[in-house]
Amino acid sequence: MSAIVKVDRLEKTYADGFQALSSVSLDIAHGEVLALLGPNGAGKTTLISTICGLVQPTGGSVHVDGHDIAADYRQARALIGLVPQEITLEPFDKVISSVRFSRGLFGKPRDEAHIERTLRQLSLWDKRNSRIKELSGGMKRRVLIAKALAHEPRILFLDEPTAGVDVELRRGMWDTVAGLKADGVTIILTTHYIEEAEAIADRVGVINKGRILLVEDKDKLMARMGRKQLRIELHEPLTALPEGLSGHDLELVDDGAALVYTYDTAGPRTGITRLLSDLAAAGIVLRDIQTSQSSLEDIFVGLVQEEDAA
Amino acid sequence: MTGPNWRGIGAIYRFEMSRFFRTLLQSFVSPVISTSLYFVVFGAAIGSRIEQVEGVSYGAFIVPGLVMLTVMTQSITNASFGIYFPKFIGTIYELLSAPVNFLEIVLGYVGAAATKALFIGTVIMVTASMFVEMQVMHPFAMVAFLMLTCVSFALFGFIIGIWAENFEQLQLVPLLIVTPLVFLGGSFYSISMLPPAWQTVTMFNPVVYLISGFRWSFYGVADVPIGLSLLAIGLFLGLCMAAVWWIFRSGWRLRP
Repeated sequence: MSAIVKVDRLEKTYADGFQALSSVSLDIAHGEVLALLGPNGAGKTTLISTICGLVQPTGGSVHVDGHDIAADYRQARALIGLVPQEITLEPFDKVISSVRFSRGLFGKPRDEAHIERTLRQLSLWDKRNSRIKELSGGMKRRVLIAKALAHEPRILFLDEPTAGVDVELRRGMWDTVAGLKADGVTIILTTHYIEEAEAIADRVGVINKGRILLVEDKDKLMARMGRKQLRIELHEPLTALPEGLSGHDLELVDDGAALVYTYDTAGPRTGITRLLSDLAAAGIVLRDIQTSQSSLEDIFVGLVQEEDAA
Repeated sequence: MTGPNWRGIGAIYRFEMSRFFRTLLQSFVSPVISTSLYFVVFGAAIGSRIEQVEGVSYGAFIVPGLVMLTVMTQSITNASFGIYFPKFIGTIYELLSAPVNFLEIVLGYVGAAATKALFIGTVIMVTASMFVEMQVMHPFAMVAFLMLTCVSFALFGFIIGIWAENFEQLQLVPLLIVTPLVFLGGSFYSISMLPPAWQTVTMFNPVVYLISGFRWSFYGVADVPIGLSLLAIGLFLGLCMAAVWWIFRSGWRLRP
C-alpha cells in the first residue's frame, strides 16, 4: 500500500520550550483507519494539528499525497478534513448553511446533492434548518463531521471523536467511520479508548511524550504482544513451587491457592501439555483452570510504562 | 486548485454579511437614531447659536465628521468582532486548516466589515440630509475617501481582533483611542477654532487628516491640504496591510 500521508521527522517545540513532538515519522496508507493511542498530553492533537496546518512545525516535513503541507498548502489541505476535539461551532448558524460555508471555504462549487447525502449519512437532514445551539451534543459532533466532509476530502482526521459521548453514540460513530472507510476515505483518529482502536482501526500507533513508540497492524500487534495466561486453581494451597515445576514460567498467587502460567500464543508450542503432565507428576490436584488474553489496553499500558520508566 | 480561492473569499464574506442581516434592524435603526440625536443636540439646540463655520452652517459642517465617526467605529467593531469571535469560540480552526491564504481571509473579513460600515455611512448621510441642507462638491473624492476609510479601519479592526485575548481588550482600542481621536480630530469643529498651541498638537492626530479631506469633498473647505489627507490615509492603510501581512507570516496569536 502506498502512503497518502508521509510524516518525516516532524518536530514541534513550543515557544515556552515544551517539546510536543520529537522526530515523529509516520506513513499513513491509502484507505486505512489508523488509531493513534496515547495518554493525555502525549502529542496526539499536536500531531494532527500540525498536519492540518493549525500548528507550525519547528522541524521535519509532512507530505499529503505528495504535496508539502507548507509549500503546497492549498493542494495538501484540499485533501484533508478535520474534526476537532472540542465542539466548536457558531451557535446561531443553521446546520445546512454551516456545512455550505465549509464547502465554500475549501474552494468547492456548490453541490446541494453532496450536502444532502452527507447530512443524511449523519442523520442530520431533518435538522438541516435548525440553529446549531438547538442541537444536542451528539448532533453537534456530527455537524462537525459533516463540515469536515463537505469538501469531499480523501483523508479525515478525527480528534477524539467519542470523548464524552455515550455508548450508543460511540457505536454510531464507529458505524460512520466504517461507512467512510468503505467510501475509500483514509481515516486517522486519536483516542484514549482502547476498545475504540480495537473495534475500528486497521493499524494502531502508540504515542507518548511526543514520540511514536510503535505503529503496527492491529491484529499483528495483538498476536505479537498478546500474551495469554492460564490460571490454575489448586485443590490444596501450596507454600512453594515444587522442584519439578521450576522449568515453567509459573507464579504462585492468592497465598498459594492458584498458579498462573504465562505463555506466548505466537510461539511454536504453548507448553500447556507438558505443564499439565508435570503437575500430575508432582501430585498436584487441580480444581479449575481458565485462560485470559491480554487486551490492547494491557499492551498500551505496558508500552507507556516502559517508556516512562526509561 | 490553482489561482486565488474566490469561493473561499465569498464564503467568508457571505458568512459575515449574514450576521449583519440577522441583526438588520439593529444595524439600521441604531445609526439612524444616534445620528438624529446628534442633529437635535448639535445641529438644532447648540448649532442655532453658532454662526457659520468656514462659510458652512454648523449643522451641515458636522455631517462629514459624524459620518467619519460612525464609519470608523463601525469598521473597527465589525472587523474586530468578526475575527475575534471565531478565535473565542474555536471555529477559527476551520479557517486555519482551509486552503485559503492570508490575503483571502483578509479580503473576506475586511470586505464584509467595510461593506457594513459603508452601508451605515450611507444611512447616516441620508438621515442627515433630512435635517440639513448638504452639498457634495466632489462626489468621486467623497466616495473614495469613504471607501478608503472603511477599508483601512476595517483592517485596523481586524488586527485588534487578532490581538485581543478577551472582550475587554476588544473594546479597549475603539473606546480609549479611536473615539477620543475622532472627537478631537475636528469632527464637530474646525481646527482653526482652536488656540495655536492646540492646533500644533492636533496635527499629530491622524484622524484630523481624514476628516479634513472628507469634509473637503463636501464643501471644498479643509483644515489641511487635500494631498496631505490622501497621503495620511494611504500611509495608515499601508501600515495596517503590513501589520496583517506580518501577523499571518509569523502566525502571531493564530498559529502556535
